[in-house]
Amino acid sequence: MATHAPVTDSVVNSAPRRLVLEVLHDWVTTVDHKKIGLMYIGYALIFLVIAGFEALLMRVQLSIPNNHFVSPQVFNQLFTMHGTTMVFFVGMPVLFGFGNYLIPLMIGARDMAFPRLNAFSFWIASFGGLLLYFSYLGGSGLYGAGSAPDVGWFAYAPLTAHVFSPGHSTDYWTLAILLSGIGSIGTALNIVTTIICMRCPGMKLNRMPLLVWLYLVMSCLVFVTVSPLTAAQIMLMLDRYLGSHFFDTQAGGSAVLWMHFFWIFGHPEVYVLILPSFAFANEIIPVYSRKAIFGYPAMVAASVGIGFISLSVWAHHMFTVGMGAGANTFFTLATMIISVPTGIKIFNWLATLWGGKIHFTASMMFAVGFLFQFLIAGLTGIMLSVAPFDWQLSASYFVVAHFHYVLVGAILFILFAAFYYWYPKMTGRLLSEKLGKWHFWIFLIGFHLTFDFMHIPGLEGMPRRIYTYEADRGWMMWNMIVSSGAIFQTIGTLLFVYNMVWSFIKGPIAGPDPWDAWTLEWSTTSPPPHYNFAIIPTVESRRPLWDLKHPDDPDSHYE
Amino acid sequence: MSEVAVIPQNTKSAWVLPSRGIVGMACLIVAEAAIFLIFIVAYLYYIGKSLAGPTPHDVLDLPIFTSICLLSSSLTVHLAVSALHHGRRSLCSLWLAATVLLGSIFLAGTAHEWYQLIYRDGLTIRTNLFGTTFYSLVGLHATHVVVGLIMLSLALFFSLTGSMTSKDTGRLEVLSLYWHFVDAVWVVVFTVVYVLGR
Repeated sequence: MATHAPVTDSVVNSAPRRLVLEVLHDWVTTVDHKKIGLMYIGYALIFLVIAGFEALLMRVQLSIPNNHFVSPQVFNQLFTMHGTTMVFFVGMPVLFGFGNYLIPLMIGARDMAFPRLNAFSFWIASFGGLLLYFSYLGGSGLYGAGSAPDVGWFAYAPLTAHVFSPGHSTDYWTLAILLSGIGSIGTALNIVTTIICMRCPGMKLNRMPLLVWLYLVMSCLVFVTVSPLTAAQIMLMLDRYLGSHFFDTQAGGSAVLWMHFFWIFGHPEVYVLILPSFAFANEIIPVYSRKAIFGYPAMVAASVGIGFISLSVWAHHMFTVGMGAGANTFFTLATMIISVPTGIKIFNWLATLWGGKIHFTASMMFAVGFLFQFLIAGLTGIMLSVAPFDWQLSASYFVVAHFHYVLVGAILFILFAAFYYWYPKMTGRLLSEKLGKWHFWIFLIGFHLTFDFMHIPGLEGMPRRIYTYEADRGWMMWNMIVSSGAIFQTIGTLLFVYNMVWSFIKGPIAGPDPWDAWTLEWSTTSPPPHYNFAIIPTVESRRPLWDLKHPDDPDSHYE
Repeated sequence: MSEVAVIPQNTKSAWVLPSRGIVGMACLIVAEAAIFLIFIVAYLYYIGKSLAGPTPHDVLDLPIFTSICLLSSSLTVHLAVSALHHGRRSLCSLWLAATVLLGSIFLAGTAHEWYQLIYRDGLTIRTNLFGTTFYSLVGLHATHVVVGLIMLSLALFFSLTGSMTSKDTGRLEVLSLYWHFVDAVWVVVFTVVYVLGR
C-alpha cells in the first residue's frame, strides 16, 4: 500500500486554528464513536498512571521489613484504590474505548447503534471514577480525616457495614462502582446492538473480524456479570442507608452471600477483561505473521465456550470458606475445563505464527510476550484451581502474583501491542519503533523481576494485604527484587507516555494502511473522517482488503 | 484517498439486519433479568431465616386482583401496538389509556399493601430479613412499573396529540417489549414471594 500518497492531514490542518473553548465544547458534546473511544482511552490512561503510582507506593513500603514509609491506614486505602481503579477505571474503559473506536470501523458502519447512549455511558462511567477519587477529599471530611475506601477491592461483608466502616468512604466506593456498572451495561448494550444491526452488506457473522466476535461475547458477558454486581451494590447501599440486613450477620444476614454475589461478577469480570485482549491478539498476530488466522471457526467456538464456562467458576475464589466437598469438586473441575478452550486459542495463535513471515515490530514483540506470559498465568491458574493447593496458598502473594501475571503479563502487554498497532489509525502518525522496542525490553525485564519473584514469598507464606513484615521471615530479598522490578516498569511506562506525546507531534505520517493489514478500518484515512466511510463498503470475505489488493486471488474463493 | 476507500459494491441480494430498537431492548432485558435474579436468589436464600417476626404467612395476602390487572395490561399494550400498526390511532390511544389505567391499579394495590404492612403490621425494611428482601424485591419491580408507566403515559400523550403515527410502530413495540418483561417478572416475583415464600 506504499504507493498511496501520504494522507490528507495537511489539508485538514490548513483550516484556521480553533479556539480552545470550541475544541473543548466539541469533545464534551460529541456523540462520535471515535471521539468517545479516544476519551475512554485517555481517561483510562490517566487512571493507569494514578493506580500505577499507588502500586509503586505499596512496593516502596514493602521493599524492606519493618518499614514505615506509609501508615497502615494509608496502605489499606492504597491497595483498595489500586485494585478498584485498575479493574473499573482502567481495564473496563480502555477496552471499551478500543471497542468503541474499532468495532464500527471494522464492520463498515458509520457510528454505533445508539450514539447518544454511547456518550451517556462514557460520561456516567467517568463520573464514577471522579467520585471514587473525590473520596480522598470528601470521604469523611466532617471528621477531618479525609479518607478513601479501605475495604479491599472485593469489600467483604461485614467490613462494609456501618459499624466497621463509619463515615462515607465505603459509600463513595459503592456509588463509584454502581455508576461505572451502569456505564458498562450501556456500552455493552450498544456494542451488541451495533454488531448485530449495523454490519455493512456482505459482513455475515462468519465473516466478521475475530475482534468483533470477541467483543460480542464480552459484551454479552457484561450483561450477566456486571448486573449482579449492580444488584449487590444496591443491596449494600440499602444496608448502609436504610438499615436493611442483607449482609448483616447480627440479624441473620449472610456475609458469604456477598462473597457469592461479588465473585459471580468477579470471576467472569476477568474474562470480560481478557476477551478483548484475545481480540487484539487475533488481529495483530496474523497481520505481522503475514498469514490469515489459523482456525477461525475454532477461535469463535472457543470464545463462546469461554463465555459460558466462565459463568460457572466463581466459587474457586471461595475454597477456604468451607463450601463442602461437592461444591469444591464442581468448581475445581469447572475451572480446569476452562483451560481447554483457552488452550485451543493458544495453539491457534502458535499455528498462525508457524511458517509465517514474522515481522518483529514493537507491537508484535508485545504480542509474543503476551502469548508466553498468558500461558504461564494460565498454568498457575490451573495450580490454584486445585482446592487443596488453594487452601495452602489462598490470600497469599502467590495469588497476587498469579492474577497480576494475567492482568499485566497478558492484558497490559497486549494492550501495549494494540497501542502500537492502532495508534497510527487513531492519530495518523506512527509511534517510534525504536522507543517502542526500548519500552518492550525494559518493561519485560521489570515485569519478570516483579511478578516472577512475587510467587516465591507467596509460597513461603507471605499473606497479601499486609502492611509490613518481620525481618526474620526470609521474605526480604524477594520483596526487594519485586520492588526493584517496579522501577523498571515505571521507566518503561514513562517511555511509552513520552513516545505517545512525541509521536503525536513529530511521528512519521502513517498513511491509511501502514501495516498492510486486511480489515476494513485500514481502508479509510488515518485518522478516519467523522463519517468513517464515504461509501458504505461491501465485503466478500473475512479479509476485504486482501481481496482488494489481490483481485487475482481473493479470499472468498477459499472460505 | 478515494481510491483506497472504494470497496467493490455488491447489490446482488437485499441486506436486511434486525431492528436496533428490538435488539437493544433485548439486551437491556437480559441485563435487568440478571439484576432481578440476584434479588430473587437473596429472597429465596433468606426464606425462613428471619430472627424475629412478622413472618410472610402472618401478614401477606395474595394480590390476585392487582396481578390480573397487571398481566392483562400486557394484552392491552399489544393491542395498542397492533392498532398503531394498522394506522388506527384513536384505537391505539384507547388501548394505551387502558394499559396505563391497569398499571396504575397495580401500583395502587402495591401502595395499599405496603401501607397496611407498615402501619398495621409494623413491618419495615429494618424489621427483619423478610422485610429486607420483601421491600427490596417488590420495590425493585414497582420501580420498573413506575418507569414503564411514565413512558406509556408519554406514548399516550403523543398518541393523543397526533404526533405518534404508524411510522412509530417500531418504537412503541420496543416499549411494549419492556412492559411485557415487567409483567413476566411479576409472574416470577409473585411465585417466589406469595407462593413459595408464604
